[in-house]
Amino acid sequence: MKKKGNLRLILSLAVVALLYGAAVLVEHTSGSKSMVVTVLQKGAVYALIAVSMNLLNGFTGLFSLGQAGFMLIGAYSYAILTIPMAKRAAVYQYYDGGIVQFTIGLLPALLVAGVMAALFAALIGMPVLRLKGDYLAIATLGFAEIIRAFVQWDAIGPLTNGSNLLKTYPTLKTAMPGNTLLFTFLVVGVCIGLILLLINSTYGRAFKAIRDDEIAAEAMGINLFRHKQMAFVISSFFAGIGGALLAMYQGSLQANGFKSAMTYEILLIVVIGGMGSVSGSILASFLFIACSEWWLRFLDAETMIGNFQVPLLAPGFRMVAFSIVIMVVVLFFRKGIMGDRELWELGSRRQAKGGGRNK
Amino acid sequence: MSEQKNHDTSVLRLRDITMQFGGVVAINNLSLEVNQGEIVALIGPNGAGKTTAFNCITGVYEPTNGEVYFHGKPIAVNHPQGKMAKQYAGINGDAYRGKKPVVYSPDKITKMGIARTFQNIRLFKSQTAFENVLIGTHLRRTSNLFTAAFRLNAKEEKAMREKAAALLEIVGLSGEADELAVSLPYGKQRRLEIARALATEPSLLLLDEPAAGMNPQETDELGEFIVDIKNRFNLTVFMIEHHMNLVMDISDRIYVLDFGKQIAEGTPEEIQKNPDVIAAYLGVEEE
Repeated sequence: MKKKGNLRLILSLAVVALLYGAAVLVEHTSGSKSMVVTVLQKGAVYALIAVSMNLLNGFTGLFSLGQAGFMLIGAYSYAILTIPMAKRAAVYQYYDGGIVQFTIGLLPALLVAGVMAALFAALIGMPVLRLKGDYLAIATLGFAEIIRAFVQWDAIGPLTNGSNLLKTYPTLKTAMPGNTLLFTFLVVGVCIGLILLLINSTYGRAFKAIRDDEIAAEAMGINLFRHKQMAFVISSFFAGIGGALLAMYQGSLQANGFKSAMTYEILLIVVIGGMGSVSGSILASFLFIACSEWWLRFLDAETMIGNFQVPLLAPGFRMVAFSIVIMVVVLFFRKGIMGDRELWELGSRRQAKGGGRNK
Repeated sequence: MSEQKNHDTSVLRLRDITMQFGGVVAINNLSLEVNQGEIVALIGPNGAGKTTAFNCITGVYEPTNGEVYFHGKPIAVNHPQGKMAKQYAGINGDAYRGKKPVVYSPDKITKMGIARTFQNIRLFKSQTAFENVLIGTHLRRTSNLFTAAFRLNAKEEKAMREKAAALLEIVGLSGEADELAVSLPYGKQRRLEIARALATEPSLLLLDEPAAGMNPQETDELGEFIVDIKNRFNLTVFMIEHHMNLVMDISDRIYVLDFGKQIAEGTPEEIQKNPDVIAAYLGVEEE
């Protein structure tokens, strides 16, 4: 039994290494600007964010919609701390060059991004995690919106540049020329690896117990609030890092980009991938990003076949198509691609588990 | 604290417990005692307040009035306060006025050593039988988030797994370890719930209708099983049960509740002869 587990682990690691190699190869053969590379970059970033959301919504059973807020905190922390000194005057032109007059390295900045998001989560969690179900969703959504409005507040402009763009911080292209994919995949891989380790530890089991039955979990001596707080803070930590990576991917940053629509996008990915499946979230992220950025782009373009204009194809139609996909998924594939199983569990003895958990 | 000396062997003691929801008095002035190594049963018709009593002991509810002691330590103390002070319909409402209320959440109570099962089975439904028991061992962990995530607690993790496996063996479910808990037959789910409760290392085990839904043969086996684990783990057992055969077979003492009030207390023989009990309970129930 143990040997089999080890074999599976080695196999999984080999597959991951192979995928990484393939990604590097793709980037070197097709250039950093190709669609494949873009999709893989953004897909990887979204994968991390989706997994972090899954940790909360899928594994701990806390229906939280605050992800965009924590991503925003991460993204801003990263950008504010890494904009080169020489460029600050230009970026913070309305705020006399801003008040942060130092920079730190890229990797420390990523870490700080996570820590800042986690700190905010710890604060917000104290009142919010006493709520359950829909109320929790509404409260977290509200806090995410508050964070977005707060960051744009003129009074803290010297710190956040108000509602103006943050730019010239190190991006994927400028900081890692030619190796954007390797870098993204490494950071995302390490983060998801950590989440996986956590999920499979005794704490992860406690999270799942809370998801399955709060009353029984509490009767088993699991401190509900403390464990929910843990899941919330950890999830936000990784959402913060994900936000910072997204900032690196985008090249410039504005609070208005982190609307609740972004949270819904990620929620959609989590649901399509399967609540409670890390590999499902990863698969769904790449699928979703490939569709929205690439494969379904034609839906937004007005197309003529001869003299005939294809009906419905017009800017915005892509979103209609997505809505239909959501409805189909919710109605017919409630367990998503993976249910709550993992890719590496396929073929093992355990049978598929019952769905419809979030009733 | 003088009363403590007189109750050296008392594991659980309820004094004047009243639980009132709005205007409804679910339990009225219940006092009872469970001593070290005993199996005590709490019986009564449906709606008599038995499960409410369990919930008061385990911290799910805060009793409106009265005290609960566990091994001589107060784990719940309350008196009618605020709006309830005016509404209070029980008795002894003034007896605990000066005392400081004591409240513990269910997880703290479990940590002190009271484990329970549920009337409507509450297993973790997406987990296997083995994982269900394993979750019970989380409580006594020494690892923190980081040592657990980075597998620095490998030794403890191994011990947890061995303990869970051993408990499954004891309740006779080794063969079903990797089955989903909810796919097990009813009787086995009940045993699994007991195994999970035992994983928290309790000194007092509360069983809420452990034989509900079992056939006579399963019920007999369960009786032997309860006595067996009681001896093996040096437990004290307090249970709610409707199957009179089981209750009379294994209980040392019995308390009878009716409409929230205690109407009798005694050995099985005494209870069987008690006219109040026969009138309130045995006469109209299936027995």
